[in-house]
Amino acid sequence: MSVAPAEVEREEAGLDAVPDTPWVTIVWNDPINLMSYVTYVFQKVFGYARPKAEKLMLDVHHRGKAVVSNGTRESMERDAEILHGYGLWATVSHDR
Amino acid sequence: MTGDPAAGGMTRRPRPRAAQDGGAPDEEETTGAFRRSRGRVSARFTASQAVILRNLVSQVAELMGGAEGTGAAGPGLAWPATAAPGTAGPPAGQGPAGPGEAGEPELSLEEMAAMLAAAGPVSPPEDPVLARLLPDAYRDDPEAAGEFRRYTEQDLRSGKVAAAQTVLATLPAEGGQVRLGPEDAQAWLRAINDVRLAIGTALGITEDYQDELQQASWADPRSAYLEVYHWLGYIQDSLVRALS
Repeated sequence: MSVAPAEVEREEAGLDAVPDTPWVTIVWNDPINLMSYVTYVFQKVFGYARPKAEKLMLDVHHRGKAVVSNGTRESMERDAEILHGYGLWATVSHDR
Repeated sequence: MTGDPAAGGMTRRPRPRAAQDGGAPDEEETTGAFRRSRGRVSARFTASQAVILRNLVSQVAELMGGAEGTGAAGPGLAWPATAAPGTAGPPAGQGPAGPGEAGEPELSLEEMAAMLAAAGPVSPPEDPVLARLLPDAYRDDPEAAGEFRRYTEQDLRSGKVAAAQTVLATLPAEGGQVRLGPEDAQAWLRAINDVRLAIGTALGITEDYQDELQQASWADPRSAYLEVYHWLGYIQDSLVRALS
């Protein structure tokens, strides 16, 4: 699986941003998206290995939500935008 | 989230309403399922499956503001009128709609278009289907959600329209073999998922919908939508597996 463009942009954005800005992207459970599809999207969008993508998918499924990425606010918004493109219900949050 | 649709998709019943083109029994088992072949993914669709799929992705494109009308798609097959208007944000419309209101096979695209036009660029759509396709990116911060929407919603809409157009461009109206390269396959994934989100939200689908499907009577108009929804999940799942 190739590294998604978002990953590259994130690294670049990180150079002139506060390194550990605690923003997160959260994916919420919904009754429609297929488990296989959500796992696939996590692999595709974030370049996660299948076991990690599956674990995140199961967290979403069983706990109702999961943090799928963290970083600057800008990169989290970018992640949410990409996930919305895939039809996942993603939100950005400040991890206080 | 929902688990894998039971294998067979629309073949669960002998004559699903949505696939009444009388294909040979062995044909029914294989149509609509994607397989990997020589670096591409491919699937075969019957004419009626193609008509349904083209119709549905056209409706999503229209809903998202694209110009892809569905006039040539034959008899209207729209998702039912949304059960619980005003439910902002997913998961919307929890709980099954009454059979009467869920089963109205009316397009109501004019209504949806009117809502679309009335919605400001920064406010979330009031229609649950639109709200699911174009969700808020901030849960408890309407101002931030509005700003995000202002800068991203048009691209999101355009992307969904483009994905729908890719399906229309690669799926012959008369059915047949579809062979997709990597980019087109991604577009199909998104487009089919958008249709599933639209129908599922309108139906107020739950994770237990397969139980409901098993128990549904053909006399219940809702069962036809459930059947199509289930079939779309089957296509989607086969495509994910072919790409994984």
